[in-house]
Amino acid sequence: MNRERQVLARIERVRRRKPVVREELITLAHGAGGKATHTLIEAVFLEAFRNPLLEPLGDGALLAPAAERMAFTTDSFVVSPLFFPGGDIGDLAVNGTVNDLAMCGARPAHLSAGFILEEGFPVADLRRITASMAAAAEAAGVTIVTGDTKVVQRGKADGCYITTSGVGYVEQPVTLSAAGVRPGDAVIVSGSIGDHGAAVMLARDDYGIEASVASDTAPLHDIVAELLKALPEQVRTLRDATRGGVATVLNEVASASETAIVLREDAVPVRPEVTGICELLGLDPLYVACEGRFVAVVDGAHADQALDVLRGHPLGAGAAIIGSVAADPQGLVLLRTSFGGTRVVDVLVGDPLPRIC
Amino acid sequence: MRFVDEFRDAGRARALAARIAERCRPGRQYTFMEVCGGHTHTIYKHGLEDLLPPEVNLVHGPGCPVCVIPMGRVDDAIHIARQPDVIMTSFGDMTRVPGGTGSFLDAKAAGADIRMVYSPLDALTIARANPDRRVVFMAIGFETTAPSTAMTVLRAAEQGVTNFSVFCNHVMIIPAIKAILDSPDFRLDGFIGPGHVSAVIGCEPYGFIAREYAKPLVVAGFEPIDILASVLMLLDQLAEDRCEVENQYARVVPWQGNRIALSAIGRVMRLRPHFEWRGLGFIAHSALAMSDEYAAFDAERVFDLPGVRVADPKPCQCGEVLKGVLKPWECKVFGTACTPETPIGTCMVSSEGACAAYYNFGRFDREQMHRAAGEASRA
Repeated sequence: MNRERQVLARIERVRRRKPVVREELITLAHGAGGKATHTLIEAVFLEAFRNPLLEPLGDGALLAPAAERMAFTTDSFVVSPLFFPGGDIGDLAVNGTVNDLAMCGARPAHLSAGFILEEGFPVADLRRITASMAAAAEAAGVTIVTGDTKVVQRGKADGCYITTSGVGYVEQPVTLSAAGVRPGDAVIVSGSIGDHGAAVMLARDDYGIEASVASDTAPLHDIVAELLKALPEQVRTLRDATRGGVATVLNEVASASETAIVLREDAVPVRPEVTGICELLGLDPLYVACEGRFVAVVDGAHADQALDVLRGHPLGAGAAIIGSVAADPQGLVLLRTSFGGTRVVDVLVGDPLPRIC
Repeated sequence: MRFVDEFRDAGRARALAARIAERCRPGRQYTFMEVCGGHTHTIYKHGLEDLLPPEVNLVHGPGCPVCVIPMGRVDDAIHIARQPDVIMTSFGDMTRVPGGTGSFLDAKAAGADIRMVYSPLDALTIARANPDRRVVFMAIGFETTAPSTAMTVLRAAEQGVTNFSVFCNHVMIIPAIKAILDSPDFRLDGFIGPGHVSAVIGCEPYGFIAREYAKPLVVAGFEPIDILASVLMLLDQLAEDRCEVENQYARVVPWQGNRIALSAIGRVMRLRPHFEWRGLGFIAHSALAMSDEYAAFDAERVFDLPGVRVADPKPCQCGEVLKGVLKPWECKVFGTACTPETPIGTCMVSSEGACAAYYNFGRFDREQMHRAAGEASRA
């Protein structure tokens, strides 16, 4: 009897041990909701993201609102490859949602994270991704407070997809809206454009081009807060220039505000490496994605002040005034080329396809 | 960017533009065709027409390789791509070109394995990596891209790769220019000759244009300064009553062309008796097929092709646009039924296509644009 009790006690001790994922690869069992799922959640996700709101591992997190106005956003991440110079899908997933909140003028507070994993995905890669999510969350001052994991059969997904949603609090008395943009305003970009898109293209290794370009992925809430603190009423709208790049967001702004946006090609900051890559591949940097840059449209009279504020922040050292807003032709983005011509920078159709010769 | 910026210099551009304006005889209109789609793209991308005086009109020629592919050939390629063991490889531009039953992108969405490559060598790499699949390269383009296709086939033969073939749609520029010269509605004063094609074929093949048709041609580079310089060279010839083939792009184009490239084409390919061009119809001796010696790499012989000729859509006026008879906006469906999102004609597909370039960069009221740009630069 005594011996039986000893064995049972030992089993209990083992059961109380910290859960460990012993598999090297994700299996369908990790998504089945049973023991393996719990082990994965506790040993990987909770271990990386630990905070008081997440720890109860309930069906949801209970939040206490910290301001009257809240911003809420969501974004999905399917980047390939998952790891690239300057970042990975993990910090991208955190920064992307943090930045969407920042563009609303909000202080990002809490995130959710949903993972879709492909059967056979290496657990070590998942740990690497969660570690960089945790680091990015800490840097951005946000907590990951709820989440979900699904596993799909091999071949039904590309390794790992992540969806993050986020809430933030709008604590400054700002009204940001593309519709509020008016003639005479200045268009500012917070740094060199196209770094992220160029880095990912090269990391795919389809082209055999080598260049030292790293993704610009970064949380923008802090630099945005500085800008809004200095010019709460003069900033008309903020947009992060992700998919479709600066050209696409400016087309949206021109269309919403029924104005014309006129850019000066020689004022647009582009790294020589990025210019070179785009030239070789037949792409236009204005359409290449950034993950740590934003466009601010600011009252023209305060453009220089806004530029000073941005340049005073480490993430805005390369900020530049790239153009201005005119009344007509409504809804268009024009580019004054360095060469002395003028052309339209239209909305992209489909994927940017390289030219053949 | 070194070696490029000097050809985009605004100061040099203004100086050239002033000389071009001086060279124009008052009251006379000059119409030049830029044969190559790459030139069309440069002209619109840099807003070059703003620098030209109103006397100089540029019309866009047939030199966009994507634009001249007839619908039936796209359908044949899709037929190949749909075979279960096939990986079809293609340049990016080509993937949106509509055939009679949709484009490569449509076929890809429906399950065909179609991959975008930058070079035919990438297609060969895919073939070596997938020995149990048949890999086909959709070869398009003028003499510019034909040598790389030929070199790839030579390499495949050397390496004993047996699961690789080429669906050859290479076309030649001289017969196309000749078709334009012979067209009854021809009304050009000269040609801005294609740069990359000439790097392969050299400048001599254009001689007949000056001799027999009395039209000047200047082979031009692809930077905006190159194009302005070429326009000036054409105007100089006309002012001096000369009519010659000149080479503005001597930094890349040797007068004799590239013999190694030409001999590779000669080994791997043979002349077709005739070939259908989108909008231009059948042109004799205007395209290349795989030679008998390399029949094993010829997708047209490896696969059973439907080979059905599909007539161009009725409202489509790509032919007139390719010949420079119509400006893109003069086409009946331009910008309404035919847009880059839903192209009817191929000229609307590639960014080198005259219609797509004009739609994207040039379709707007230039006076209004200049006013806005002026206002903005004062602000």
